[in-house]
Amino acid sequence: MSRALYTLRIPSSTRYLQTVRRFVERHARAAGLSEEAIERLKLAVDEACTNIIKHAYKGRPDRPIDVAVLLEPDRFVVRIRDQGEAFDPTRYRAPDLRTLIRKRQGGGLGVRLIRQLMDEVTYRSQGRYNEVQLIKYLTPSDTALPPSASA
Amino acid sequence: MSNFSVGFRQHDGVQILDLHGELDAHTAPELEAALQKCLQHGHYNILINGRDLEYISSAGLGVFMAYIEEIREKGGDLKIAELKPGVYNVFDLLGFPLLFDILPSEAEALERFARGERPTLPSS
Repeated sequence: MSRALYTLRIPSSTRYLQTVRRFVERHARAAGLSEEAIERLKLAVDEACTNIIKHAYKGRPDRPIDVAVLLEPDRFVVRIRDQGEAFDPTRYRAPDLRTLIRKRQGGGLGVRLIRQLMDEVTYRSQGRYNEVQLIKYLTPSDTALPPSASA
Repeated sequence: MSNFSVGFRQHDGVQILDLHGELDAHTAPELEAALQKCLQHGHYNILINGRDLEYISSAGLGVFMAYIEEIREKGGDLKIAELKPGVYNVFDLLGFPLLFDILPSEAEALERFARGERPTLPSS
């Protein structure tokens, strides 16, 4: 099975969110994904890394976040690993926007957004590592035509 | 170096904030500081112009959520205008258009301020 893998390690600081977005954007574009799919992937990876920085590492700026892009025949996968506190998705309840506004709170929407943006999201914890996989299925419109095929 | 900045303008008693660049968890504190500055100066009619806003994550949206109640309690509103389609999509995905005035143009937003119109948060 053809499978390409590209990796990036960043410290757990929000200043590197832009770096991660650019990394995912570059590979998603090279893979021929639609602009809409690229925007969704950028936002999902940003939200996932932000949650790791704030919750898994509780704001510590010097812990590792390993991001990998996996290209598979039918899907584009962004795998993110951290060594912080594990996130239990079964205990997550998507907050209501009105309630957050009444409480003057701005947070808590990242996980909900990731689920809305991606076709599939998986979480697992193994030993010291937590892993989230953001998965976007490839559709025929995501496959760029080679230049010779354009009219 | 930050890839985000806020410009300040005034028009008929409305404080306009021009957002430039990418708004994420790293740059959201700059937007928060800009909104706090408005409130400290007693400006409660605030218009966010997103013409040059290239990107927003939930951290950026969170700033609007955290301040809108206070702004409306003071009799003002925070309206948002001229978002690029990709940025608008993020507001839309989270249901913002039901709770915030989001207008295609700055002129329309200014008209609504002039008429004193603003959405009310439905009680549930």
